[in-house]
Amino acid sequence: MQTKRMTFSSKWLPYALLAPQVIITVIFFIWPASQALYQSVLRQDIFGLRTEFVGLDNFVRLLNDPLYLNSLNVTFWFSVGTTFLSMSVALLFAVMVNRMIRSRDTYTTFLVWPYAVAPAIAGVLWWFIFNPSIGIMPYMLKGFGYDWNHRSSSTDAMILVIIAAAWKQISYNFLFFLAGLQSIPQSLIEAAAIDGASRMKRFWTIVFPLLSPITFFLMVVNVVYAMFDTFGVIHATTEGGPAQATNILVYKVYRDGFVNLNLGSSAAQSVILMGIVIILTVIQFRYIERRVNY
Amino acid sequence: MASITMDNLHKVYTGGVRAVTGINLDIADGEMIVLVGPSGCGKSTLLRMVAGLETISEGTLHIGERVVNNLEPADRDIAMVFQNYALYPHMTVFNNLAYGLKNRGFSKAEIDRRVRDAAEMLEIGAFLDRKPRQLSGGQRQRVAMGRALVREPAAFLFDEPLSNLDAKLRVQMRVEIRQLQKRLATTSLYVTHDQLEALTMADRLVVLNGGQIEQVGTPMDVYSRPATTFVAGFIGSPAMNMLPADYLRSTQASDNLAHLPQAADLIGIRPEDLALETPGDGDLSLTGKLLLLEPAGAESHLHLKFDGLHENMIIRLPHVPSVIEGQALSFTVRRDNLHPFDGATGKRVS
Ligand SMILES: Nc1ncnc2c1ncn2[C@@H]1O[C@H](COP(=O)(O)OP(=O)(O)OP(=O)(O)O)[C@@H](O)[C@H]1O
Ligand SMILES: [Mg+2]
Repeated sequence: MQTKRMTFSSKWLPYALLAPQVIITVIFFIWPASQALYQSVLRQDIFGLRTEFVGLDNFVRLLNDPLYLNSLNVTFWFSVGTTFLSMSVALLFAVMVNRMIRSRDTYTTFLVWPYAVAPAIAGVLWWFIFNPSIGIMPYMLKGFGYDWNHRSSSTDAMILVIIAAAWKQISYNFLFFLAGLQSIPQSLIEAAAIDGASRMKRFWTIVFPLLSPITFFLMVVNVVYAMFDTFGVIHATTEGGPAQATNILVYKVYRDGFVNLNLGSSAAQSVILMGIVIILTVIQFRYIERRVNY
Repeated sequence: MASITMDNLHKVYTGGVRAVTGINLDIADGEMIVLVGPSGCGKSTLLRMVAGLETISEGTLHIGERVVNNLEPADRDIAMVFQNYALYPHMTVFNNLAYGLKNRGFSKAEIDRRVRDAAEMLEIGAFLDRKPRQLSGGQRQRVAMGRALVREPAAFLFDEPLSNLDAKLRVQMRVEIRQLQKRLATTSLYVTHDQLEALTMADRLVVLNGGQIEQVGTPMDVYSRPATTFVAGFIGSPAMNMLPADYLRSTQASDNLAHLPQAADLIGIRPEDLALETPGDGDLSLTGKLLLLEPAGAESHLHLKFDGLHENMIIRLPHVPSVIEGQALSFTVRRDNLHPFDGATGKRVS
């Protein structure tokens, strides 16, 4: 294969052009990542006076720690809940907006706005809305006879963080779904209508399968988001509580490392998280390239 | 099996485009009607109105005995073949054919039987397990046909089904579709802008222009007696030559033109009705200068300039004559091959 070769006048120019990206990657990824790897095999005593090499002991301890296993479980349900909620709401919006003709762009613009909101702000927003003493939602739920309190009920807390995390991601999913819907030829839908499929049936047998590559891509993106990008949401709403009910892995890394100053364990947790990201990324690239389903 | 009756059909799109204005047409049971016309004349719109994919702004549409104006496409008992085939890309060929039957609650055995029958008829039996993207254009076209005919509908609707195929395949599929349609005797409405397709396939031809019908008739009718100058120019290739009647009156013996109506001020002559021969009895004779000779294998097209005529004339000969460009040539026309038109209205006068 013939590749086009660029020739630079100065020998150093290509390196200079690459430098910013390389420096950023080194400072913010390679260096901390290698630190984490290094730390994960060390243990400090309580006073921080001695540091000893412990091999994989940090990992063994983690996997035997009920709190860590609980966090894994919480993360699983949180990711599934957030992904499912944000994707299904986004798909619903996309289908509705796709039916519009004139007002489509206006709605699209409004629906994209939440994506520009920082996670911590989204967290605070939902913290206010669901605040047991001053929030509007608990007030309304009381009208239906439900006593909302995410400070004492772990179910309520989980629902709150899922809603807060999913809300932000809806915009992103919506854009992808809308683009996907617009790329489905109208004649396919028309052919299905002539073939006697009801609106619902057309959606589930034609539209939804044709969206499957996008759905799969978004699923991975959303799981990654829910697992790694929701620190701000948790921090601003429940801080992992009550009783560890919303203490997802990322939040636990922070708590154990910076609050409880257990650096070895925290580093080992980071390494496990890094492993999960790598696996998810590999899955994504493998399947996206093969285009799921058709 | 059903007739289709269009009674004063109108279509106004939101935004005000009047795509179809006042179409009246009776299609008999089992008849093949071809809608032909230039791009944007409303062919697809009319077809989609019959299919139920566009609402009918005004008028009544019957399929069989029923008024179908407000029926969903699925309830009209029609099947449509789309220009891009519109095969479901994620389903196998078998499932593409079976989809409409499944939706209508046919039994598994019946679906299987019908799909296999259709597949055999169209010679796509070997591809039933493939996805559409694993098929060639011609095979996809067959699958699209198959999907229409497994349903055994009252009418087939075709929207330029062959325009994505290469020239050779188009001729082959044209023949096959026509044979199939005759065998099944299913009422069909076929849209094309290819006049050869129109002439060869139609029981009756409908020439549309600007959302209105210019002429309805058998292909030979339309060809030999075009009702308007538009039809005269649209059907036939090369297009019919149009000469001012005054020009003929000034150059020809008057008894050759005596049969032409007074109102006719525009005379059409088909390129193949001019012969490179010595004048005989009852013939008009025209002499012009050869500008260009286009040999086309079995035939040839001659472009000529006539004294006193602004437009060039085109003449089609069934052979390639040995003439040179710049040479003066004489042609004869039989007088019953003159098509008289009223230039102002564009209508044929008789
Ligand atoms: N959805 C629509 N909204 C508004 N105007 C439309 C719409 N669809 C078609 N038109 C207009 O209606 C007229 C007829 O269109 P139509 O598609 O029926 O033409 P056609 O004869 O099928 O042309 P072609 O041979 O190019 O397919 C055109 O002027 C077109 O611009
Ligand atoms: Mg069209």
